Amino acid sequence: MPIEILMPALSPTMTEGKLAKWLKSEGDTVEAGDVLAEIETDKATMEVEAVDEGTLGKIVVSEGSDGVAVNSVIALLLEEGEDKSALDDVDTSKSKSPEKPKESGDEADKAAPKSGKSEDNKEKSSSSSPQTKNGDRIFASPLARRMASQEDLDLSKLEGSGPRGRIVKRDIEKALADGVGKAEAPQQQKSAAPTPAPAVTPDDPIFSMMPEFEAVPNSGMRKTIAKRLTQAARDIPHFNLQVDVEIDKLLAFRKELNGREGADYKISVNDFIVKATALALKHVPDCNVAFTDEAILKFKKVDMAVAVAVEGGLITPILKDAGSKGLATLSNEMKELAAKARDGKLKPEEYQGGTFTVSNLGMFGVKSFNSIINPPQGGILSVGAGEQRPVVKDGSLAMATVVTLTLAVDHRCIDGSVGAAFIKELKSLIEDPITLML
Amino acid sequence: MADTNFDVIVVGGGPGGYVAAIRAAQLGLKAAVVEKEHLGGICLNWGCIPTKALLRSAEVFHNMQHAASFGLVAKDVTFDLQKIVERSRGVSKQLAGGVGHLLKKNKVAVFDGFGKLLGGGKLTVEAEGKKVADLQGKHIILATGARAKVFPNLQPDGKLIWTYKEALVPDVMPKSLLVIGSGAIGIEFASFFNTLGAEVTVVEVVNKIMPFEDDEISAFAQKSMEKQGMKFKLGSMVKELKKGKDTVTAVIEKDGKTEEITVDRVITAVGVTPNTENIGLDAAGVKLDDRGFIAIDDYCQTSAKGVYAIGDVAGAPCLAHKASHEGVICVEKIAGIKGVHGLDRSRIPACTYCNPQVASVGMTEKMAKEKGLDIKVGRFPFMGNGKAIALGEPEGLVKTIFDNKTGELLGAHMVGAEVTEMIQGYGIAKTLETTEEDLMHTIFPHPTLSEMMHESVLDAFGRAIHF
Repeated sequence: MPIEILMPALSPTMTEGKLAKWLKSEGDTVEAGDVLAEIETDKATMEVEAVDEGTLGKIVVSEGSDGVAVNSVIALLLEEGEDKSALDDVDTSKSKSPEKPKESGDEADKAAPKSGKSEDNKEKSSSSSPQTKNGDRIFASPLARRMASQEDLDLSKLEGSGPRGRIVKRDIEKALADGVGKAEAPQQQKSAAPTPAPAVTPDDPIFSMMPEFEAVPNSGMRKTIAKRLTQAARDIPHFNLQVDVEIDKLLAFRKELNGREGADYKISVNDFIVKATALALKHVPDCNVAFTDEAILKFKKVDMAVAVAVEGGLITPILKDAGSKGLATLSNEMKELAAKARDGKLKPEEYQGGTFTVSNLGMFGVKSFNSIINPPQGGILSVGAGEQRPVVKDGSLAMATVVTLTLAVDHRCIDGSVGAAFIKELKSLIEDPITLML
Repeated sequence: MADTNFDVIVVGGGPGGYVAAIRAAQLGLKAAVVEKEHLGGICLNWGCIPTKALLRSAEVFHNMQHAASFGLVAKDVTFDLQKIVERSRGVSKQLAGGVGHLLKKNKVAVFDGFGKLLGGGKLTVEAEGKKVADLQGKHIILATGARAKVFPNLQPDGKLIWTYKEALVPDVMPKSLLVIGSGAIGIEFASFFNTLGAEVTVVEVVNKIMPFEDDEISAFAQKSMEKQGMKFKLGSMVKELKKGKDTVTAVIEKDGKTEEITVDRVITAVGVTPNTENIGLDAAGVKLDDRGFIAIDDYCQTSAKGVYAIGDVAGAPCLAHKASHEGVICVEKIAGIKGVHGLDRSRIPACTYCNPQVASVGMTEKMAKEKGLDIKVGRFPFMGNGKAIALGEPEGLVKTIFDNKTGELLGAHMVGAEVTEMIQGYGIAKTLETTEEDLMHTIFPHPTLSEMMHESVLDAFGRAIHF
């Protein structure tokens, strides 16, 4: 039997991805460890490596295919001694997902082995009634439902011509004849997303009244940003705490550090702020938390996510255990991760699992801003531009370089006083940067 | 002066015409029916209904003859042909009156007379050579029906050689009878007279009886009727009918050889021909198809704008329920109702009330195979059904044909007691587009003959329980 190469799950949350590129062609010899293909997930581009050796017998999912479900067969690998004829009896249509919920048809199969064909049909059609994107039931005849499932049609895309708009056989036949209504991806792999806002499509009449536009299709990253941030903005009770921090000492300290002879680092202001934030979280661990329905999770380390703008979106590479690392180490790690992020080469573990996020728009001259929390994290710090401002010191006017920091926290797990304690600690760490070394 | 302007005028008051008129009235259209003879048409007066009355008499007679098998005693069982016919006529009369009442209730105007198109939505009605009315209709529906087809060499005379009309009101009980044609009409009369004791021979030009039924069902019915004493001459043609004083000698040809048989009476039932003459088709610009029926589109529109045709005059199958359904489709389309679809011919059931009864809907096994479909066939015999045994009706078969890929019910074919009452179940299944799965999940009541419908479906997928 040829070896089935499955669409890998590159992260625990990944349900589907785009097969961006095949690096091997049919007939190529493959060694274990060879890179077979590149897959674009919701965050990054990943390489699929061969686990077995053999000859690439058949590419099942072609280059550029979108929405390829995790665990579906993407290619077949012929083992030594097998020829192409072995490919014929491989059924590549089904997803091989082991977690697939057991369907009633399975049991019926065992009970009535001699009626195999009918039960096959049954398995496909006895799933619950299909629904539209809005969750409304789609009315379709049993025959239409089965035909749609066999022909991979999405009933929600079809118009019914039967009584009260019921989809009937002739509608399926018409769709097949017109080549419309194809399902985009196997239904069963779609995660149960919370009810989204009513979808706005480029067909919406409002756009016809607006200036001419170019429709840029949503990338996987764009869809993820949209989904997660919509969810966060809607479900997380955010509140903000703002503080002005003087960084003249920090700037002087930075200059001194970077100016040292033989320095193999170049520490940025942001690196200082990341380090200070990580330390402050270590000192106020009640802010390094995540809310779940059962419990508030208090993390024992600070894994600091840092927002990085990349082409077509943003991504948050993670500085692991940032609270325990030195400034130079953090700075170098950050540079490396940012470069990978821009190349789309971050591995899932390098951008997933942070406990807190720092986002900095200071380089654009933004004075202050509010960010949306990246769930399931408990907070996010927004860093504005460092600028010279008049300050009052000891009753008289003075000049200082000031940064405005805005903290957004999840009120379900962090209360105002806890947030205030954290931001106070952060301010004191930044304003007295030598303490960062302690 | 009666109103002469209508939204819809229906020419012909049979099961196509009167249903169309009532539906039109329900939809708020001003409707009229023009009928030359009897409301209810052939169906009610000279077809479906009176034959069912005759066959019921035959059935009761048959049961009385077999009373002993039910533990009953019926001595000197005999019949009075006059009374049987009287009952049949009475049934028709009662129902024809009912149609008149329904039309009145729905405020449909009825014009007694012969309607003729003049073109431009005009229609003249004549009775006994005199003009009765001139009508104007926005839409005119022709529902003029059909009559017995007559071949020159098989000319009926109404005395020795009958059509269905004479056969419905026989003055004598023939000792021997030749029936030409084994379609529904021929086979029902054959069954009636055979049960009452006539020696019946059926001649059929095709090599099976009931040519439109599934081969297996035709063969089953033939065998069963042969057991009752009926004779069949298949693949045979009656070349000539030689009339004697009170007998007819038929010259029958088969494979180039001829034989002669002499019988008391002959019934010709070789099909029907549409009533298209003298109704002004030319004046209105209505064209016929190559078989002589009025040509229509999916919604019964003819080649002339504003003129429609439904029922027998618009083509086969010549069945009352097909006519009624076309009438509804036609009128709903006229009224601009949304979601009206043309007639799906695969969903027209057909019933024959011979003994045993035959009923079917959809494709025969042969048709499905000729279409190259991958099919599954289920069969269940009456012998395996408790109710059938209790009724003393162990002879029969329920056959179902499914598309193997989609599970679509392609056809269902039944022979045996009461199957004409059961076929609608499969009709609903087809209309609702159920698959075998839904039919399997349907709970059929026990004990009924209908359980065989369930078992046949199960059998198609190797799961019959009681056989």
